[in-house]
Amino acid sequence: MKRIITGNQAVAYGVMLSHVDLIAAYPITPQTTIVEELSELCARGRLKAQFLKVESEHSALAACIGASTGGLRTFTATSSHGLAYMHEMLHWASGGRLPIVLVNVNRALGPGWNIWNDQTDSLSQRDTGWIQLYCEKNQEVLDTILQAYRIAESLSLPVMVVLDAFVLSHTSEAVDIPSEEKVEGFLPPFASPNTLDPQRPGAYSGITPPEYYLEFRYKIQKAMEEVPEVACTVNQEFKNRFGRGYDLVERYGKKEARVLLVTSGAVTSTARWVIRRMTEEGKDVGGLKVKMIRPFPCEEIKEAIRGVEKVAVIDRNLSLGVGGILAQELRACLYHQEKKPPVFGFVAGLGGRDITPEVIEEAIEYTLRRSRPESDLLWLGLKR
Amino acid sequence: MKRVELPERELLGRGHLACAGCGAAVSMRLTLKALGEKTVLVIPASCWSIIPGPWPYSSLRVPVVHAGFVTGAATASGLRAALVRRGLEEVLVAVWAGDGGTFDIGIQALSGAAERNEDILYICNDNEAYMNTGTQRSSATPCFAWTTTTPTYHPKENPKKDILAIMADHRIPYAATATMAYPHDLIRKMEKAKERRGTRFIHLLSPCPPGWRIPSEMSVRLSRLAVRTRVFPLYEIEEGKVTIQEESLKEPLGVEAYLKVQGRFAHLKAHEVEGFQKWVDGEWERLMRRARC
Repeated sequence: MKRIITGNQAVAYGVMLSHVDLIAAYPITPQTTIVEELSELCARGRLKAQFLKVESEHSALAACIGASTGGLRTFTATSSHGLAYMHEMLHWASGGRLPIVLVNVNRALGPGWNIWNDQTDSLSQRDTGWIQLYCEKNQEVLDTILQAYRIAESLSLPVMVVLDAFVLSHTSEAVDIPSEEKVEGFLPPFASPNTLDPQRPGAYSGITPPEYYLEFRYKIQKAMEEVPEVACTVNQEFKNRFGRGYDLVERYGKKEARVLLVTSGAVTSTARWVIRRMTEEGKDVGGLKVKMIRPFPCEEIKEAIRGVEKVAVIDRNLSLGVGGILAQELRACLYHQEKKPPVFGFVAGLGGRDITPEVIEEAIEYTLRRSRPESDLLWLGLKR
Repeated sequence: MKRVELPERELLGRGHLACAGCGAAVSMRLTLKALGEKTVLVIPASCWSIIPGPWPYSSLRVPVVHAGFVTGAATASGLRAALVRRGLEEVLVAVWAGDGGTFDIGIQALSGAAERNEDILYICNDNEAYMNTGTQRSSATPCFAWTTTTPTYHPKENPKKDILAIMADHRIPYAATATMAYPHDLIRKMEKAKERRGTRFIHLLSPCPPGWRIPSEMSVRLSRLAVRTRVFPLYEIEEGKVTIQEESLKEPLGVEAYLKVQGRFAHLKAHEVEGFQKWVDGEWERLMRRARC
């Protein structure tokens, strides 16, 4: 059934269809309509989940950790400062190998206070051991939540599903809401061999001395390395069942383009439009959408970039003192390549400033004109 | 003191890592005797994060979920929800937190859980400072006490928080104080708390030989003195009604008897001992007023 819904409603429907057992959340703009919608769904009995309305984001994730240890499928959602406040618990969830799914609606961090779109909140959590999946449109948001539980529960790793503030969260699009039966065939009920059994004394997340800590981290890393393959399999199964899917990285536009524009999140849909128009004008440019940023799908990216002469990246995020985070990741990924295309790292749209077609065009034109960037960090639309 | 049968079961095994004379080890042993096998412990960062032993060992014969410092009550809320959903309602979820994890860093999560009246038993094992990190002051440290962050030439100026009043004022069904010098009272209160539903809170005073600078054989005597001097009165608050245990209603000893045997108070001058007595008397009056209401 198709309905016109916002990105945040798509989140709520994804959670409902996933038969989540426990939700724990705390409100923050622009995530709030997710918790409102879920409260409605729970109160009306359409979703038979327990909803813990806790007193902070820190407790929201802690409650999910307790419930997930106890064998429940859990969900929480937040944004920006809320995610930053959860930071400690993000480590507890991944270190405890708990398949929690968290939705983060990208929002800039203060000060100055800013409620608008910016990916720095989620990207600054990239070292916490969570899989990170970024969405381009509302249909993808709903579908990614269904896939996220499959991936999380296959590997005992938590997943963060990320969508843009307002551009997706509060903007309505036509979304196909699959039937419960169809989803049930795709996502079996949660069952973990690690679930706490009251009859079996033992300790969860206890003191782990230097003799063992390294090995525990090694095992999490090994599980992370398996993610791309598992995610591809899950996506293929999803495609077979629902007739649509999302690759970890997606190359679009002219196949043999020598300049490639890399984006992540909703700005990709604007980029698609700009690239199509510029290709029609005879410009030599194609696009690459990066859906998964943790683990970083390096092999897939290298494959997608093969033969490309120059790479432009638009980052709606900033690692202060370095530059755009996606550009940084790409450079690290391409370092061992014999033929390394220069990476043009653009930063744009921080704190919710629109990334218009003109801004994207400026980045592409700059890259087409020059053989190398003038510096590692190129600002778009900066008022000097 | 009302006598109860002390259960024979031992759910604290050999090989735990508590210091000699640790009040918290005896408190845990007695607590688990009362709570029994159908208990899951949630332990936020505290001495008891270490005492059960490192991975892959555990000296506790019940499952333990170690939790972030802040999160005892929140983790327990989620875990309790999971057990109920799995049809394991008879399994008790008990938080065992230190005074730091209760009075200080964990109070927000605890207050949230109490407001939601989560079906958990929250036990605060109070040794009156951050003992696991080497005796730094907490908001449970008594005034004038030495700690490594309140040196004797600049001791703590403020009295400890009245955590039981704070918790009782959340209108939770059961709140009580107990200490291991009175095992029958401790066990009776744990058993009573176990039978209740909703958020239950028990405040245990557990002497810490290294942190209080007392010989290890003194812990039980110190807990008894804390009660007999009214530094730590034994009482319970059920649905708002205060009952003070007879041991605390006896003619009290002067606080000096309690203070003079502890190294952490060795620097106290006469006027400070007097000030401490005044504070104890004031707290007792507050409690009596509450009991009369």
